[in-house]
Parts: sequence; C-alpha cells; structure tokens
Amino acid sequence: MYNATDLRKGLKILWEGQPYEITEFQFVKPGKGMAMYKCRIRHMLQGNTIEKTFREVDSFGKPDLESRELIFSYANGDQLVFSDPETYEEYLVDGEVLGRNKLLLADNMHVDVLFYNGKAVEVTLPIFVEKQIVETEPGFKGNTATNTYKPAKVEGGYEIQVPLFINQGDFVRIDTRTGEYADRVAKK
Amino acid sequence: MKPALELRSRLLHATRTFFHDRGFLEVETPVRVRAPAIEAHIDAEPSGAHWLRTSPELHMKRLLAAGLENVFQLGPCFRRGERGDRHHPEYTMLEWYRARADYSDMLADTKALLAHLARAIGGTDAHRISYRNQPIELLPRWERITVREAFLRWAGWDPVAHWDEERFNLDLAEKVEPALPRDVPVVLTDYPAPAAALARRKPEDPAVAERWELYIGGLELANAYSELTDPAEQRVRFEEAIRARRARGKEVYPIDEAFMAALERLPPSGGIALGFDRLVMLFADAPTLDEVMAFREGE
Repeated sequence: MYNATDLRKGLKILWEGQPYEITEFQFVKPGKGMAMYKCRIRHMLQGNTIEKTFREVDSFGKPDLESRELIFSYANGDQLVFSDPETYEEYLVDGEVLGRNKLLLADNMHVDVLFYNGKAVEVTLPIFVEKQIVETEPGFKGNTATNTYKPAKVEGGYEIQVPLFINQGDFVRIDTRTGEYADRVAKK
Repeated sequence: MKPALELRSRLLHATRTFFHDRGFLEVETPVRVRAPAIEAHIDAEPSGAHWLRTSPELHMKRLLAAGLENVFQLGPCFRRGERGDRHHPEYTMLEWYRARADYSDMLADTKALLAHLARAIGGTDAHRISYRNQPIELLPRWERITVREAFLRWAGWDPVAHWDEERFNLDLAEKVEPALPRDVPVVLTDYPAPAAALARRKPEDPAVAERWELYIGGLELANAYSELTDPAEQRVRFEEAIRARRARGKEVYPIDEAFMAALERLPPSGGIALGFDRLVMLFADAPTLDEVMAFREGE
C-alpha cells in the first residue's frame, strides 16, 4: 500500500481499482491548509491522462506489476510473440501496446515487458535502435545543417524526419523514447 | 547558482536595512523549542526531547508582551514532510511584529518593504518585474479581495457562511489560487473564523478573522494577522488543533504555557511571516525554491 506522501513522478499506483502511472507531480499546501498532491495520472491500460489532486489521507494499492526482459521472436498478425531467453517460454503481446514503436522491433531485440495482472501493458525498447533509410529525397552534398529536416522512411516502414544530409542507404539511430532521429551511424 | 546567491545576499542585506532604518530590533529566538505552535496541518521536526521551530511566532509575541515594540527576525524554520517546487523542509522565514498595530499596518509595512527591495536590486523602473514570463507591476496598486468574494467568484460558494475545511482547501488550491490576478500583487483577506489560526476575529464581523495572505505572480509569499490576544480563545483554538491532529493520527505537541501566560500582557499587535526563499524566487525569476538555496536537503 502507498500513502499520499509516497507519491512521486513515475510511481505506479492502483487507484479506485485501476492502474495509473503518475506523470506529473506537485506538492501544494496553500496557506495554513492541509498538504495536497496535484498529479497528472495516466491510465496504464487505456493510456488516457487525467488531473487529480490527492489529499494527505488518501492511500493507494500497489498494482500487481511484473517486469521481464524478453526477446522479440516474430509477429503473428496483430499479436507479437516474445520469448524468455532462458526458459524459451513464449509471451503474446497485443501490437497496440507498442504503438508506433512496433515498426522499430527487430528479430532478437531485447526488450522490457511490463505485465499487469499477467497481461502485457508496456514494452520498452532499447533507448536507441539502428535502422537503414530506405526512402528519402536525395541529400545536398556538403549540407550538414542540423536544423532543417525532411521526411524519410526506414526499413520496416517507420517514418521520421531526418536532416538534409542523410541519404537513402544510410544507417541512423532513432531514440525510442521520443520516436525521433538521434544521429547518423558511421558507414559500415 | 552564483547569481541567485548574490541576489539572495543583497536581499538579506536590504531587508535588514529596511527594518533597522524603521527602528525595529533584530532578534533571535530559540530554534529548538519545547512546544511548537500547534496547528492542524503543520508538522514539527523532532530534535531530541525538543522540536525544531516551525515559526518563531510564539517567542516573538512573548517579546512584545515583555514590552518590546517592533521586532523582526530572519532565520531558519523547519516543517516536516514539506517538499516540493515551493517547499523545503528547512527554509528561511522573515517575521516581524508590532505592538499597537493590526493587519492593515502589516500590509502597509509589506508594501513599503517590497518597494524598498525592488529599488535596492532593480534601480530605475524597479517596480516592473517579470516572473515566469508574467509582467508584474509591484506598485502602486495591490488588489485586495476577501476570501468570501474570491470563493463566490471562482468556486461558487461561501466558506464564511458554510464552513467545510476539506472543500475549502481543495477549492483554494484548484480553483481560487489559479484564478487570482498575476499582473499585480493580490491580498486575499478576511479568512473564515475556523481558518483564523492565530488571528483575532474582526470586531465588526466575527464570522471572519483579520488575516491576509499575499500572492505575487502566483507565489504565496506572506501570511499576516491582527494577533489574537485573548488567552481564553487562544486556548480553545489550541485545543481544537490538538483534537484535529489526534483525529488524523498526527503527533500532538504540548501547549506552550509560558506563551499562554505572556498572552495576558500582550498588547493589540500585528504580525507577519514571509517566506524569504520565495521572495528570492520572485526577484530571481526562479521556477523552484531549490534554485535559490545554496544547498538542498541531503546535499
């Protein structure tokens, strides 16, 4: 069980029977009044965010969460199959859980999967993944400007904005936390 | 870091100059106390058989009762569990008290202090500042709004007529404070009597207490009273606060009997507590209190 004084950004709580992650947190105490905890909380299954001010007397459950490091095996329609590197046990994850990051998965990629009551609710990819550019307008030789971007498509169909000097066939690193271009990988 | 500490040092200096020039005596009262002021929602940090003070209020009023006229103090106070962008468990409080004065006199003092500090650090045009991209005219107009008016306008009910502590606190944080004007200082005044703390009731309207809070640019900066000088009513309020603390399972502090005895001799007085770190935040345009302190908790 958690008390209001345990609340902080990133904490995962069970509130009114539902699992939430605290995405923003502010301690407030107007005048001589009681302490309050202004939070934005994200429903871990539905993804929607609400604002809620908790009071000192509020308490919360600990959601039944378990994190496993798994390896991506293959996609079966909308279902993604991951396996435990030691036991080879397979786990099914709804493609929806990954959102756009689904396109960044690669065979044998190591990921962290968070299960709530035995159901996968969050898949965390490595922070950076390398992908080859399969489609973009030709770059301009010598143009190393880093503040002008153009659209590009990488293997797997993921679309991003890349700097002008990036060419088809180049490898780039993508930051999976933001989903954006990070840098170019030296030619292999 | 360095600019914030330089500004802080100049503000400390200018604050002391302001009070010394007006005939105030700078005093130092105990930091470790046997009986911290009893308030329902303020928790003291234990220190052996003592507690660390949450405010120097009780000792400063004892000095007035002993015959001093105008006293001020700048020093550390401690509140357990208060940690956030605008809270730190150890912080610096500026308090001043005046015999034969009331909360209106404290307001005039506060306005003069702010004007003096702005000039001391800002030079010409000093009364125009900006906090978090919000331009603020520090002078001459301070908007005065009663708690009743503010709640009727922004929360849709009257806490003076229908007191509900829980609802009052939640609506103050969620509806009233965010709606207060930010382009000029705002004085939220005349609190419902149950939220009087150590303020006296207004003689012509005993349903409210002579207490105000100052907000500048959304920052809650100071809390002022016409001091409660009636020992019988003071004892009732301490006992109510003790009951409220017990009901919430909070630690209960003894009533400071030396203070109670002094109250018998306390002249009508005005007093105010101003969060000095928040004042530095305002002038430094800092988003958090951490940025204007030399060290944070545990550093």
